[in-house]
Amino acid sequence: MERSFEKYFRQNRLPHLWCPGCGNGIAMKAIVMAIEKKGLSQDNTVIVSGIGCSSRASGYMDFDTLHTAHGRAIPFATGIKLARPELNVIVITGDGDCTAIGGNLFIHAARRNVDLTVVLFNNSIYGMTGGQASPMTPYGKKATTAPYGAIDRPFDVCQLAIASGATYVARSTAFHVQHLTEMIAGGFDNQGFSFIEAVVQCPTAYGRKNKLPEPADMMKWMRDQAIMKPAWDKLPAEKREEKFPIGLFYSAQYEDYTTAYDEVIQRAGGDQK
Amino acid sequence: MNKARLMQGNEAVAEGAIYAGVRFFAGYPITPSTEIAETMAKLLPQVGGKFVQMEDEIASMGAILGASLAGQKVLDATSGPGFSLKQELIGYAACAEIPAVLVDVQRVGPSTGQPTSPSQGDVMQARWGTHGDHPVIALAPWTVREAFDATVMAVNYAERFRTPVILLMDEIVGHLRERVVLPEPGELPVYARRQPKCTRSEGYQPYTPEEDLVPNVADFGEGYRIHVTGLIHDETGFPSGSPSVTEKSIRRLHEKISRAEDEIIHYDEFFLEDADYAVVTFGGVSRTAYEAVQNARRQGIKVGMVRLMTIWPFADKMIARLAKQVQGILVPELNYGQLVGEIERAAAGQCPVKLLAKYNTEIFTPTEIETAIKNLCAGGRI
Repeated sequence: MERSFEKYFRQNRLPHLWCPGCGNGIAMKAIVMAIEKKGLSQDNTVIVSGIGCSSRASGYMDFDTLHTAHGRAIPFATGIKLARPELNVIVITGDGDCTAIGGNLFIHAARRNVDLTVVLFNNSIYGMTGGQASPMTPYGKKATTAPYGAIDRPFDVCQLAIASGATYVARSTAFHVQHLTEMIAGGFDNQGFSFIEAVVQCPTAYGRKNKLPEPADMMKWMRDQAIMKPAWDKLPAEKREEKFPIGLFYSAQYEDYTTAYDEVIQRAGGDQK
Repeated sequence: MNKARLMQGNEAVAEGAIYAGVRFFAGYPITPSTEIAETMAKLLPQVGGKFVQMEDEIASMGAILGASLAGQKVLDATSGPGFSLKQELIGYAACAEIPAVLVDVQRVGPSTGQPTSPSQGDVMQARWGTHGDHPVIALAPWTVREAFDATVMAVNYAERFRTPVILLMDEIVGHLRERVVLPEPGELPVYARRQPKCTRSEGYQPYTPEEDLVPNVADFGEGYRIHVTGLIHDETGFPSGSPSVTEKSIRRLHEKISRAEDEIIHYDEFFLEDADYAVVTFGGVSRTAYEAVQNARRQGIKVGMVRLMTIWPFADKMIARLAKQVQGILVPELNYGQLVGEIERAAAGQCPVKLLAKYNTEIFTPTEIETAIKNLCAGGRI
């Protein structure tokens, strides 16, 4: 069996700390498969993560890796990209990391169209701290801090990314591994702010509280509820309930931030130095 | 030779940063620090560097740390409330050992306070603002030219010790305009980024300390494939939950600075040879104190003065020596009393230490300090 992806992992850091049945490992592998597919070099690629279950991925991946503070991965990544535009900069974040504590930082990086690929592992919960509600916990679902069901309306983070100026926005799930890999690879192709939401299962902290206690239950949930965008577009509103679309939602050509900055340096005469 | 220029303290900080090799600045506007960002926005692209106005103070701090890890010398500037927001990632920089310089042009607080009147109220925020045990270096200039020199020194120390360095300005020096002659290239030392001494295949570990206890952490993109984290880590850079690793790591962070105190601690002494009393000050207040001390001496009072340039680490040894020489120390501060506690601690009861505090938005007049000197000599109330 071809196991070419193994070289992208720090074998001495494995096994990972995620719970049995967790979807983060699937999403992490999809990232390295996309890296391999697009031929990104290990020495020329930086993985930046925040804090939370998702963000432990950086430690397992054999690149220059940066495990930052909670919610702050994207500005660190922005600094790296501006300092060394030739590096590929990939951000791994979670639903709480990216849309709660890091929400403002996320929308502004999208607005600037900084050439980053941000992969959000959406497990609908704060897993690392034991199952508290996040801004992406679905309405009515339970968490340790929403024992009677969440009354906060969740973000549609892909819509948020589009509205904020991201130039590549896609969603997939840990069930649709090939599709997820393609969506991430498409993000690498885009020279600008690329955002991929990877819906992943958290049977331990989320599933057990919401009648999906087994990993397989959650995988079936993703299989049945995720609808490819072309089919979703044709789906009548009454049939969309509880379901969600996956696929490429938006892509646009717009000058990325480091290219724009090169022009600033030119205007200031700094390219002569 | 460089021509004399009329320059503001904040502008001198920006010019000093460029001189020291800073090529990346991220910031968020806040008075009275904003001229630093504005000057950097103008100057950086002229030398091929980058300025980015971020969405808040936290993002600014994240961006400079990212750029530093990618090999750039970096700077960020703010004032009290913004300084508070940056504290989280100052702790990150201390733990992950990332060179960075942060300028705090102090104003009256707490909170929005009195924007943007002069104050020296962030002495303790500079020392203890971030969480956990950590060392810090903080420098406080008192002239426009020294704002330039101290910035160069701050960038050098950040690189030399791989630690965040605070340039503790105040509104007086930040907005002061003076005639200055800037140094020529090469006149002041400029330190280069520390580099690894062996390759990945030779067993390179990013957090193995050198003899001076500082590690040569590789820049990103150089093929070392290092891991950087705010978790306590061992020499490999990867997290460790071990009590002995934790203890060793926190001790080393402190000792890399404390062992080099003689190199880092700078101060000026004036009229101390025959002094029976001393005034100890820093920053903009030192200018007024100097005038007051001169006036007092003209009246035959044997008073001297120490002007601290380095606030942290604190000049314990010098203060202990001073306390044995003089019969009293006066500490004028534009706050409710912060540095005075350190001076009392270092003086260890050898002589009385008296605070002259002012926190009403106004600066000291020379007469106020002169009167306090006379009261100190008379053994009365300040």
